[in-house]
Amino acid sequence: MAIDRSQLLHVAHLARLELRDDELERLGAQLNDIIGAVSKVSELDLADVPPTSHPLDVVNVWGADEPRASLPVDEALANAPEREGNYFKVPPGGS
Amino acid sequence: MLDTLRLTAEEAARLVREKEITGAELFAAYRAAIDERDPELHCYLHVCEDEGGDGIPIAVKDVIGTKGIPTTAGSKILEGYRPVYDATVIERCRAHGLRILGKTNTDEFAMGSSTENSAYGPTKNPWDPTRVPGGSGGGSAAAVAAGLAPWALGSDTGGSIKQPAALCGNVGLRPTYGTVSRYGVVAFASSLDQVGPVAKNVRDCAYLYSILAGRDPCDSTTVDLPHAVELPERESLEGLRVGVPTEFTEHEAIEPGVRDAVHRATELMRELGAEVGECSLPNSLEYGVPCYYLIAPAEASSNLARYDSVRYGHRAPHADDRLDMYKRTRDEGFGDEPKRRILVGTYALSAGYYDAYYGQAQKVRTLLIREHKEAFERFDVLATPTSPTVAFALGAKTADPIAMYLNDLLTIPSCMAGLPGLNVPCGLSEGLPVGLQLIGPQFSENTLFRAGYALELALGFDPVPARLAAA
Repeated sequence: MAIDRSQLLHVAHLARLELRDDELERLGAQLNDIIGAVSKVSELDLADVPPTSHPLDVVNVWGADEPRASLPVDEALANAPEREGNYFKVPPGGS
Repeated sequence: MLDTLRLTAEEAARLVREKEITGAELFAAYRAAIDERDPELHCYLHVCEDEGGDGIPIAVKDVIGTKGIPTTAGSKILEGYRPVYDATVIERCRAHGLRILGKTNTDEFAMGSSTENSAYGPTKNPWDPTRVPGGSGGGSAAAVAAGLAPWALGSDTGGSIKQPAALCGNVGLRPTYGTVSRYGVVAFASSLDQVGPVAKNVRDCAYLYSILAGRDPCDSTTVDLPHAVELPERESLEGLRVGVPTEFTEHEAIEPGVRDAVHRATELMRELGAEVGECSLPNSLEYGVPCYYLIAPAEASSNLARYDSVRYGHRAPHADDRLDMYKRTRDEGFGDEPKRRILVGTYALSAGYYDAYYGQAQKVRTLLIREHKEAFERFDVLATPTSPTVAFALGAKTADPIAMYLNDLLTIPSCMAGLPGLNVPCGLSEGLPVGLQLIGPQFSENTLFRAGYALELALGFDPVPARLAAA
């Protein structure tokens, strides 16, 4: 099943990716090829098979709720593209 | 000057211990080898200065966070990023005195099978620099093969340790899921990602694994090893039951030279005392790659959401607003392969498609786990080729993502099942290394090391690329 341009733009928006026109064309065609190839999984009738989300039989690891040291503020902000005081600074709005 | 081409970590440790060389001379020998050969091979994205001490040097794949040392994951979006803490595996290496030689090249976010997806240019195969070293951990594998590191850390999601080890002729372990911490490692697909060792031989590989493995409170998916890591010593395979999945030797994608070398290796295992028999993994090759290329991109699309340029990483300048900043940052910062996988994953998880794609792939994953479990009722170890081909030419597959994905045809199924896999070089085809993949049940690393070690001794494979040995 083919993914058209408007669907591709919708998916790209969900993923917060601005795609240039040349990318829309190239990646759109490749995306269709890839989705076509992976659709092979739908050949199997797996109604009775449970899904696997994780390959190990571990469940709920609990830790004690104890305070411990964390990064100093300056280190936490060391890689910030933009900083103001003790905050990460970003442009306003736009969701 | 010390020749690093053949030097194993075990031998390097002996030389230092017996004061034949100093720790500084050891580190300097690797730096000299890097200066000499890395301009051609491009294994390293960053080379470190000696911090002193007598520990064995180690190369680290650039998806593993190193405090104060650039960590890019092969991506422009992390250019200039210097982690403020060490990954747990780095802490463990440092606790054993290991000294970091540098950070090795990788496909961007470990997505690829050739290192050609690195934003910083490809690594070349030391056996033939017109060919790829495999990927995504091509930098680590090529560095070990070319004597630019005695051993290295890699990471493996669908074959990124095993496949480059096969193409570069070294030993690489993808450990059992949950045995090695991912804390501080750049996340790609969290139900699959594993960190593991790359080495010149099986004993070094086993020793490095013993340093890395164990539960880490900072990674809640890790568990304690049920038994200690044993360095292999025995030369016999008496009593070992080896299964050869017929689909993994008969598949049309497997080159005849690869098939022959692997066949000779399994025959040799029989001569060493193993019982070798055939088995079947009927769904693994049919559905393994499609299953992987839904689950891994779905998880990647979620993991890579963090690259929003708020706390670290590249930020597009002059944004109109925050949404514009996110979108343009991610367009500028990510290369094609992460974009493809983010798009595929977002699509497979989106409303209306979730059950048909991601949900169905999770069920296929159960089938793959079940059929491996069934095979291990009769066998201790499965033996297959690691890669269907030897190293291919640079550029041969870059225009066709699906052709590139098929390089991991044989490594993906056991990764999906959370199983450990060891690549052991088993010969040459057309002058290039062929890798044997040994797969075992969860936590069977000691069995894999034992099998790999006996085979390694019997095969006598020379891990030094012929063109470098002759130089």
